[in-house]
Amino acid sequence: MNIPANLKYTSSHEWVRTEADGTLSIGITDHAQTALGDLVYVELPAIGRKLAAAEACAVVESVKAASDIYAPVAGEVVAVNADMTDAPEQVNKDPYAAWFFRIKPADPAGAAKLLDARAYEATIGDA
Amino acid sequence: MLKQTPLNVIHRAAGARMVDFGGWDMPVNYGSQIDEHHAVRNDAGMFDVSHMRGVDLRGDARNGGVRDFLRYALANNVDKLKDPGKALYSCLLKPDGTVIDDLIVYFLREDFFRLVVNAGTADKDIAWFRQLLAERAPHLTLTPRTDLAMIAIQGPNARTKVWRALPGSEPVASALKPFTAAAMQTAWGEVFIARTGYTGEDGLEIMIPAPRVVDLWQALVAAGVRPAGLGARDTLRLEAGMNLYGQDMDETVSPLESGLGWTVDLASPRDFVGKAALLAHPPSRQLAGLVLVDKGGVLRAHQAVHTGKGDGTITSGTFSPTLNQSIALARLPADVAVGDTVRVVVRDRELAARVVKPPFARNGKACVSLTP
Repeated sequence: MNIPANLKYTSSHEWVRTEADGTLSIGITDHAQTALGDLVYVELPAIGRKLAAAEACAVVESVKAASDIYAPVAGEVVAVNADMTDAPEQVNKDPYAAWFFRIKPADPAGAAKLLDARAYEATIGDA
Repeated sequence: MLKQTPLNVIHRAAGARMVDFGGWDMPVNYGSQIDEHHAVRNDAGMFDVSHMRGVDLRGDARNGGVRDFLRYALANNVDKLKDPGKALYSCLLKPDGTVIDDLIVYFLREDFFRLVVNAGTADKDIAWFRQLLAERAPHLTLTPRTDLAMIAIQGPNARTKVWRALPGSEPVASALKPFTAAAMQTAWGEVFIARTGYTGEDGLEIMIPAPRVVDLWQALVAAGVRPAGLGARDTLRLEAGMNLYGQDMDETVSPLESGLGWTVDLASPRDFVGKAALLAHPPSRQLAGLVLVDKGGVLRAHQAVHTGKGDGTITSGTFSPTLNQSIALARLPADVAVGDTVRVVVRDRELAARVVKPPFARNGKACVSLTP
């Protein structure tokens, strides 16, 4: 199971990348996309929406199930990946390149408290 | 403790994602169920269906009796089977007209018919048949063929790839008309080859002694057939407008409310289990096809459907890779018409869907228009 060391993670299987400007890009992990199967539909939050930590803010649907995506930290949505809605299968092909949305975190240091790769790996037990 | 087919080790070695399917440990995909679906529509894919069960019904040479028994036991009429090898799709009904299972019956000889029943219902079906036989035809023998494994190879190139993989099979297998079967001797023992399937594509289903099924599977892989799992099997059969027992029909509904009226022969004078109940209860619901019109999700089983003529429920829903849109079967009021727009409750909103006549796709292509 692929878990890049340079990213942060949540126990709900989102990955988080801190960009140069301090915004956070968010996607779903290899574990999540494998469990979901081929994605066929993605719903992204509106730009400008203010999110609380752990708030459900996006939806992915695979052939077999729908799943919520949760904000890893509190913040405001500043960008969404418009490519995603026409080609959700890119998430399966390259889950760490397929970002869903970017947030400006309410607390600039908030991402530091998220799980690192090793801690995330422990949560999924890599079964 | 899940049951396993003889191909279990092969599936795991191929990286399959496994699921519990009716008590069986089965592959749901080998990586991408959508790619596997396209392989079947465009080339050749294969499914391990060894969890399904062949059941042989035999009489004695003097007094066949098998045909008589099946005339009574099955809702479709086995008198349609005149040529040896011919197959028939039928429901097995309870006296109250509800569905115990759907199955295929093959006429092989007057004293030998073979049935193929679903995995999750095999034990129930066999117990039901034994009970009926005890009452009506105790001289017949019923043999569940747990010694046989089965592979379904489907797609426009399926048959030619089977001939390549199964030496000596071409003369017999290439002569098979659709919905016909034949047995033949091979280096791997006697195999039973049927030109049937559950995908809407041409193809063959092969029953083979269980100890040899791994050899057959590997020969098919070498011949260019792509392993496909239950995920693709479901999107293919739904595109083809084929019912799934346990979802589209079960012991709470009649075949007439499940889109299976065409499989019930009510015209001939023969009596059969469930006939009186079907005649006494004309259907007030239908099984209709739906194509999602609004974007916003995927149609799925159990979603509520609101129509101008009353409410209904989706029985099977999925994303159709061939149409690139979500499709479903739904039990709706009988007077909802093809072309009507209905509203489906998907997660937290109502999405528009259009009523269509299945199948949605067959022989590699879409059959319904997506434009209203």
